[in-house]
Amino acid sequence: MFTIVEKKILAPKVTWFRVESPLIAKRHKPGQFVLLRVCEEGERFPLTIADSDKRTGTIILVSQEVGKSTGLLAQLEQGESILDVVGPLGKPTEIKKFGTVACIAGGIGAAPLYPIAKKMLEVGNRVVVYLGARNREAIILQHELSLVSDRLLIATDDGSSGYHGVVSELLRQHIRLGESCDHATAIGPLPMMKAVCAVTREYEIPTIVSLNPIMVDGTGMCGGCRVRVDGKIQFACVDGPEFDGHAVDFDSLAHRLRMYRDQEKCAMERAGVPHGA
Amino acid sequence: MARDKVKPGRVPRQPMPEQPASERVQNFGEVTLGFSAELAQLEAERCLMCKKPTCIDGCPVSIDIPSFIQHVVDGDFEGAAAKIFESNSLAAICGRVCPQEDQCEAVCVMGKKFEPVAIGRLERFVADYVRGRGLSLAKPPTATTERRVAIIGSGPAGLTAAGELAKLGHSVTIFEALHEPGGVLVYGIPEFRLPKAIVAQEIGNLKTLGVQIETNVVIGRTILIDELFDEEGYDAVFIGTGAGLPYFLDIPGEDLNGVYSANEFLTRVNLMKAYRFPDSDTPVQVAKNVVVIGGGNTALDAARTALRLHPEKVSLLYRRSRAEMPGRNEEIEHAEDEGVVFQMLTNPVRFVDRGDGWLAGVECVRMELGEPDESGRRRPVPVEGSNFVVECETVVVAVGNGANQIVASTTPGLQTNRHGNIVAEESSGLTSREGIFAGGDIVTGAATVILAMGAGKKAAAAIHDFLQTLPPKTTEPPPLAAHLKPSSGGVLPP
Ligand SMILES: Cc1cc2nc3c(=O)[nH]c(=O)nc-3n(C[C@H](O)[C@H](O)[C@H](O)COP(=O)(O)OP(=O)(O)OC[C@H]3O[C@@H](n4cnc5c(N)ncnc54)[C@H](O)[C@@H]3O)c2cc1C
Ligand SMILES: Cc1cc2nc3c(=O)[nH]c(=O)nc-3n(C[C@H](O)[C@H](O)[C@H](O)COP(=O)(O)OP(=O)(O)OC[C@H]3O[C@@H](n4cnc5c(N)ncnc54)[C@H](O)[C@@H]3O)c2cc1C
Ligand code: SF4
Ligand code: SF4
Ligand code: FES
Repeated sequence: MFTIVEKKILAPKVTWFRVESPLIAKRHKPGQFVLLRVCEEGERFPLTIADSDKRTGTIILVSQEVGKSTGLLAQLEQGESILDVVGPLGKPTEIKKFGTVACIAGGIGAAPLYPIAKKMLEVGNRVVVYLGARNREAIILQHELSLVSDRLLIATDDGSSGYHGVVSELLRQHIRLGESCDHATAIGPLPMMKAVCAVTREYEIPTIVSLNPIMVDGTGMCGGCRVRVDGKIQFACVDGPEFDGHAVDFDSLAHRLRMYRDQEKCAMERAGVPHGA
Repeated sequence: MARDKVKPGRVPRQPMPEQPASERVQNFGEVTLGFSAELAQLEAERCLMCKKPTCIDGCPVSIDIPSFIQHVVDGDFEGAAAKIFESNSLAAICGRVCPQEDQCEAVCVMGKKFEPVAIGRLERFVADYVRGRGLSLAKPPTATTERRVAIIGSGPAGLTAAGELAKLGHSVTIFEALHEPGGVLVYGIPEFRLPKAIVAQEIGNLKTLGVQIETNVVIGRTILIDELFDEEGYDAVFIGTGAGLPYFLDIPGEDLNGVYSANEFLTRVNLMKAYRFPDSDTPVQVAKNVVVIGGGNTALDAARTALRLHPEKVSLLYRRSRAEMPGRNEEIEHAEDEGVVFQMLTNPVRFVDRGDGWLAGVECVRMELGEPDESGRRRPVPVEGSNFVVECETVVVAVGNGANQIVASTTPGLQTNRHGNIVAEESSGLTSREGIFAGGDIVTGAATVILAMGAGKKAAAAIHDFLQTLPPKTTEPPPLAAHLKPSSGGVLPP
C-alpha cells in the first residue's frame, strides 16, 4: 500500500524515504505529520512530512533511529511497504509575510523545517536558516535548505563545521551582530528548542516550536499527547504540533517523554539492540 | 402453544454461566460464557408471548422479541437468528453490551411480578449459535444502484448505516481514521467483555454485502467531505464519528507521568494489545496502586482492565454514591467480584507529584449528597476540610467524552450545538447540509451501542429516500479505489 519508492541514508541512523501516498501528498501543508505502523504488532508513531509531491503522489519522511519502531522502519527497503500511514495530521504552519524569518534546526529538525522554509521563502520572506548538529557528519539536508533560504549558517557542537557551539548561541551572536529577525521557527530536540526560546524571548521575537510528545491515535481521541501551553492543556496532535515557544512548558514535556523509558529499553533489548546505541 | 402449560414464574430467570472471578482476573478471555441450548430453551419458555409485547418498545431497533424467542422454544435457532437479523445485524455484540436492564428487559411484562425474560442473553445465544456454525445471514444484494454513499467512522452507527445501505444495493465505502474498523467496539470495550473476533466477524459480514472499508483515512484531514461530493463522486455522506474527545478533570498535576485518560489507557491495551507487551510494541504503565476516576462503563472497563495487568490494588473513585453510578449493574457486580475497591463520595482535587514528575497519589475530598440537581440525582457537595491522599502511581481518568471537531471544523455549513455535537434530525439524521446525515455519539453525546445503531438505521432509510430524489447520473464517478490503492511496487520515473 504505502510503498517505499526510494530510500537514502542521510547521516548515521538518519534515513530518508519517499513513500507512495497520493491522498496525503495531495493535502499536505508544511508543519503536518503522519502516524505510521510498520508491522502488525507495531506501535503507532509520528513522523513529520518533510516534503510532498502531488504529481507523483509521494511524501518524504526522514526518520532518526532512536528505538524499536524507528529501528524497524530503517530496515525497510525500497519496494517494501509501510503497513499503515495516516495523515496529514496536525495544524499547518502559519505561513505569511513576516519580513525576515529565522528557521532554526537542531539535528533531525532540519527535515520538518525544510517545507516551512520553502513556503516562507515563496511568500516573500527573507529566510535565514540556522542549522545545528552534533558534528559535521550529522548535518542533514544542507544543500536542500540552502536552496530555500537567503542565508544558511551552521553550528556544530564539536566545531567540525561552521560555528563551534550550540545553534541557539549562533542565533544569539547573529542577532547581536544585527542580523534581522522578525519571526522564528525552531525545531529540534527539546533542550535545543528551549534554549532558542530563551534567546528569542530576550529579543522579543515571536517563536514557533514543533512539539513531539508521545502519540497514539493522532486525532484528538486519547489525550496522550497533551502538553501544557500558557498553563492550559493542549493536545499536540490536533491543537499543534506547533505552539508559541514562549508559552510552552518544556520541562513537563521532557518528563512525559520519559514515561516509557524502561519499556523502551526492554523492547530494544528484545529486538537485540542495546539501548541508546 | 406449549407455554400455556408452564405457570409464569415457576422457572426462575436463568443465570449466566461465567468464569470464576479468581480465574478471570488472570486472563483477558470473555467473562461470561453464554447459554447452552438447554439453558436458552429453559429461559425462552419463561416468555409469555404477550399479545402486546412491551419489550419491543424498549428496544431501540424494535426486534420482534417474542417471535425470535418462539423460534428458540421450538429449537429453530437459525429461524430465531433470521428474525433478529431482520432488525439487528450486530446481534452478537448487542446481546453482550446492550444495557438490557434499562431497555427491552426494563419493560418486559414478566418483570412486573417476577424477573424479566433474559432477552439479551437469548439474543447472544442465538447470534453465537449461527456464528459458531459459520452461517452468515448476510447476502450480497441482487440488484445494485448507481449511487455511492460515504460513511465516516466505523463504530456501531457507521457499520449499521453501511449494512442497511448495502442491502439496498448502493455502493458504500466506510472511511475509518484508525488502522482497524469497529470504533469503541475495538478500541474501548475490552476483550473480556466483547471478544474482538466477534467484531471482526461482523465486519466480515459487511464486506460480504459489498461494503468497502478504507482504514487510515481521517475525513477532514486526508479527504474533506466536500471533496467526497465534488471529486470522489459520492451522492450522500453519513457521519458516525463518535464521542472521541476525552475530558480531563482540569485539576493540578494532570500532566504527571502515570495519569491516563481512559481512552488512552484502553486504546493502548485493546487496540494496540499492550497486555501482550513486549510481544506487541505498545507499552502501558500499570503500577502497584491504580486509581480509576469515574462511575460509568468506561471507568468500570478501565478498572477491570487494570486489574488484569497485575497491580496490587485497583480502586475506583466516584464522587456520588453507588446508587448513582451510571455503569451497568452487571458490570458493577463483576468489578466488585473481581476485587475492584469502590471508594464512593470521593472527589479528586489534585494529583500529587512524587517530586520528579511522576505520580505519587491523588488528593481527594469527601462528598455528601445534597439536593437533587436537574438530572434528578442528588448533587454531591464537598465536606469542608475532609481532604486526604490516596496513594497511587497510576491514575485513569474516566469522566466522559466530548465531540471531536475535525469533521465539523472542515465542513462549511455543518451546524453544531454548544457542546460541539453535530445537529441532526432525530428521525432521519439529516444535518444542516443537504446530503449529509449524522448519527450516534457525535450527535447525542456519549450514549450506547444500540442507540448508535438505531441512529445509523434511521439515517440509512433517510439516505435511501434522499438518493431516490437525485437526477440520474450522466458521467461515471472517478474510481476512488485507484486513488487509495496506489499501484504497488512500481518505481516512479525520476
Ligand atoms: C509531531 C511529531 C513529529 C515528529 N517528527 C519526527 C521526524 O520527522 N523524524 C524523526 O526522526 N522523529 C520524529 N518524531 C519523533 C518520533 O516520533 C520518535 O522518535 C519515535 O516515535 C520513537 O519511537 P521508537 O520506538 O523508535 O523509540 P522508543 O524506544 O519508543 O523511544 C525512544 C525515544 O523517543 C521518544 N518517543 C517514544 N515514542 C514516541 C512517540 N510516539 N512520539 C514521540 N516520541 C516518542 C521517547 O520519549 C524516547 O525518548 C516526531 C514526533 C512527533 C510527536
Ligand atoms: C470504554 C467504553 C465502554 C462502553 N461500554 C458500553 C456498553 O457496555 N454498552 C453500550 O451500549 N455502550 C457502551 N459504550 C458506549 C458505546 O460504545 C458508544 O455509545 C458507541 O460505540 C457509539 O457508537 P458510534 O458509532 O457513534 O461511535 P464510535 O464507536 O465512537 O466510533 C466512531 C469511529 O469513527 C472514527 N472517526 C472519528 N473521527 C473520524 C474522522 N474524522 N474520519 C474517519 N473516522 C473517524 C473513530 O476512529 C471511531 O472508529 C462504551 C463506551 C466506552 C468508551
Ligand atoms: S438489541 Fe438490545 S435492546 Fe434490543 S432486544 Fe437486543 S438486547 Fe434488547
Ligand atoms: S414483554 Fe417479556 S414476556 Fe412479554 S413478550 Fe416480551 S419478553 Fe416475552
Ligand atoms: S495522540 Fe491521541 S489525542 Fe493526540
